[in-house]
Amino acid sequence: MDTRFPGFAAPVLDAQASFRAVLEAMSRPGRVETVTPPPEVPPGLSPAAAAMLLTLVDAVTPLRLAAGAEAEAWVRFHCGCPMRRDGAAFVLDPTATLMELDAGTDEEPEHGATLILEVAALEEGSGWRLTGPGIRDAHRLHVRGAPAGFVADWARSRARFPRGVDAILCADTRIAALPRTVRIEEA
Amino acid sequence: MYVATKGGEQAIGAAHAWLAETRRGDATLPELTVPQIEEQLGLAVDRVMAEGSCHDRGLAALAVKQAKGDLIEAAFLLRAYRTTLPRFGASAALDTGAMHIRRRISATYKDLPGGQVLGPTFDYTHRLLDFALAAEGNALPAVPHAEPNTAQTPRVTELLAREGLMQREATSEAEPGDLTRDPLSFPADRAVRLQALARGDEGFLLGLGYSTQRGYGNAHPFVGEIRVGEVAVCFTPPELGFEIELGDIGVTECQMVNQFKGSRTEPPQFTRGYGLVFGHGERKAMAMALVDRGLRAEELGEDADAPAQQQEFVLYHCDNVEATGFVEHLKLPHYVDFQSELENVRTMRASAMQAAAE
Amino acid sequence: MNAQTGYNFAYVDESTKRMIRRAILKGVAIPGHQVPFGSREMPLPYGWGTGGIQVTASILGPSDVLKVIDQGADDTTNAVSIRAFFRRVAGVATTERTAEATVIQTRHRIPEHALTERQILVYQVPMPEPLFRLEARVAETKRMHALADYGLMHVKLYEDIARHGHIATSYNYPVMVDGRYLMSPSPIPAFDNPKMDRMPALQLFGAGREKRIYAVPPYTAVRSLDFEDHPFRPIRAPHACTLCGSRESYLDEVITDDRGGKMFVCSDTDYCAERQAAKAAAE
Repeated sequence: MDTRFPGFAAPVLDAQASFRAVLEAMSRPGRVETVTPPPEVPPGLSPAAAAMLLTLVDAVTPLRLAAGAEAEAWVRFHCGCPMRRDGAAFVLDPTATLMELDAGTDEEPEHGATLILEVAALEEGSGWRLTGPGIRDAHRLHVRGAPAGFVADWARSRARFPRGVDAILCADTRIAALPRTVRIEEA
Repeated sequence: MYVATKGGEQAIGAAHAWLAETRRGDATLPELTVPQIEEQLGLAVDRVMAEGSCHDRGLAALAVKQAKGDLIEAAFLLRAYRTTLPRFGASAALDTGAMHIRRRISATYKDLPGGQVLGPTFDYTHRLLDFALAAEGNALPAVPHAEPNTAQTPRVTELLAREGLMQREATSEAEPGDLTRDPLSFPADRAVRLQALARGDEGFLLGLGYSTQRGYGNAHPFVGEIRVGEVAVCFTPPELGFEIELGDIGVTECQMVNQFKGSRTEPPQFTRGYGLVFGHGERKAMAMALVDRGLRAEELGEDADAPAQQQEFVLYHCDNVEATGFVEHLKLPHYVDFQSELENVRTMRASAMQAAAE
Repeated sequence: MNAQTGYNFAYVDESTKRMIRRAILKGVAIPGHQVPFGSREMPLPYGWGTGGIQVTASILGPSDVLKVIDQGADDTTNAVSIRAFFRRVAGVATTERTAEATVIQTRHRIPEHALTERQILVYQVPMPEPLFRLEARVAETKRMHALADYGLMHVKLYEDIARHGHIATSYNYPVMVDGRYLMSPSPIPAFDNPKMDRMPALQLFGAGREKRIYAVPPYTAVRSLDFEDHPFRPIRAPHACTLCGSRESYLDEVITDDRGGKMFVCSDTDYCAERQAAKAAAE
């Protein structure tokens, strides 16, 4: 269970910078932020997804991961998280669908999972029309390579509020986030 | 011309210097050393370890010195230090049955295996101020020495359990919760409750435990036993794969025996209230055992309307570091809120007086 | 680990920061909902801002500029002490200028200057539960939040109106966030409540002793509870600041002698100093 791929070059400061990127992204849904990735990442993970795992996942957060053996060895070594399919706090699995993930309870909605979703590209200014908390009027986010039926699933998931799932979209070194409150309309 | 008060930083620095000076006191007297506190104010040190939730007599003694003898302040110093320490793993459960006993008494049996061992206790001292202690250099009375008792000293509650008279505790391999890592949530299980009580304020638990004896909660307690001594802390390092002994720590354990009338599922029997604290702290261990039993009311199907039986009330208020923080924070400036209250009361008075005039 | 201080950057260890960061993200995703977190003992007492300090420590980076205020002022002793703490353990730049700060930690006030998108406001919160005076049991208030059952609070406010002719709450005035969660704005004067509504800056709330974190994302609706026939009215002393002349800012009442003499000055020291400097420059 060894890995030749490193973690953050400067663990404390890179984690802080990546956290601020995801905090900004979660606070302003649809805004695209750039993370500080590790110098090299294992196959199966984008630099952005790798940075999110290093920033947020550790021994107390079960992870559902499907990104190949090298990525798994890297995550086990650097994050030390338990791997679990059910009841995972973080999910990085392209086959996962929103409605099957842990959505928390009405009393403890914070237990809803965070989905880390690899996509092909993220661009501001066109595409989905996002509205909700964090957005003054509307943000436009173009997501290339989102799973089929994602927008319809999102609407179903969002209807459960305050229960729900939050998503971090990753493409290369860029991220955008979708808190469970955001409303997505197709362009 | 009014000028707002400035220079907070200098004022804070000056206050700290003055504090250091008063801590030292009369400089013509010899300075108290940390080992002196550790050796000669041992019960204060023990209380700070218990409420500071960190077993280190030297650090606790240092905290007592730094806090000028304010034991809650000292417990806070130790807690703030403790929270920065790395965690290497969890030790095995202490086996108090294998304790090196300094003191062991039972109130429920005249004699029992292992015997009654009075040990170093205040219990039968006459509380007459000993003016001889005011002078230094007194010779100590001779302490008769006996061979340490190496015979097995079974726990009283175990003797009762063998007869089926004492409710067995449910055993579990589940990882116990840790309220220093995860916030309390309710209902809290017994392991978390006991952790909170073990760290809790001695005075608060004493008052609550006392209340259960006076009818606030239906307690009929007997001291099954109190034992004070040293127990080994054992740990299995993952890289070794077998258990090693890390060392001994001093603890006080109290097992309180309480009658239980039985329920639909359980026959009448005795139930246990449990207390365990770092160091020598009988009052705290006993109070803890009373309150532990009080908090079991709900699970035993008893009425739970007395303060000592209410989980939220007890667990949220037993921590003296939290309590002292919130009570004492009232001395921080609140003039912004007070100003809004002033305007509010002035408005209400004006309309009340107008109404009275009409 | 910093060799000079012997502690990690910003004091808090990395696994604690991760735990707090996760709680902050969930707080942002569920506006106004209190997220329990494993609050640690800080080297400052509970009640002195340990929740705010833990939030600030978890977001702060080397390029941030930190401002700390207590009662609106940068020079109150606790603000001075917290600012010095972060200078020491994080080596960050600090400022007293609202406009220059990227992170502002506050106790009891929102600065008079409108905050911007590039700023984060961190509130120190003594009691996160807005319902605690009406229902002390946390297990019960949790249930009420789950059901959005806030009837008790409306009844309380209505009783105020019946008795006093208006709502007799002047600070820590409860708000509804995004139409869903009832939230304590922390003990800011009700005067400051309207500033929370659709604020461009992110607002984070930390309650250390009560072990709760919550958040209001930017541009989120924050409505002070009221009734149609008794709309919310922020209270302010009906005077001008003696130092800068402001009639818009929140004022402190200062007693100047024991014969009833008093004056009113801005609670926000930076706002007041800026206005005084502008006045002096104009003269």
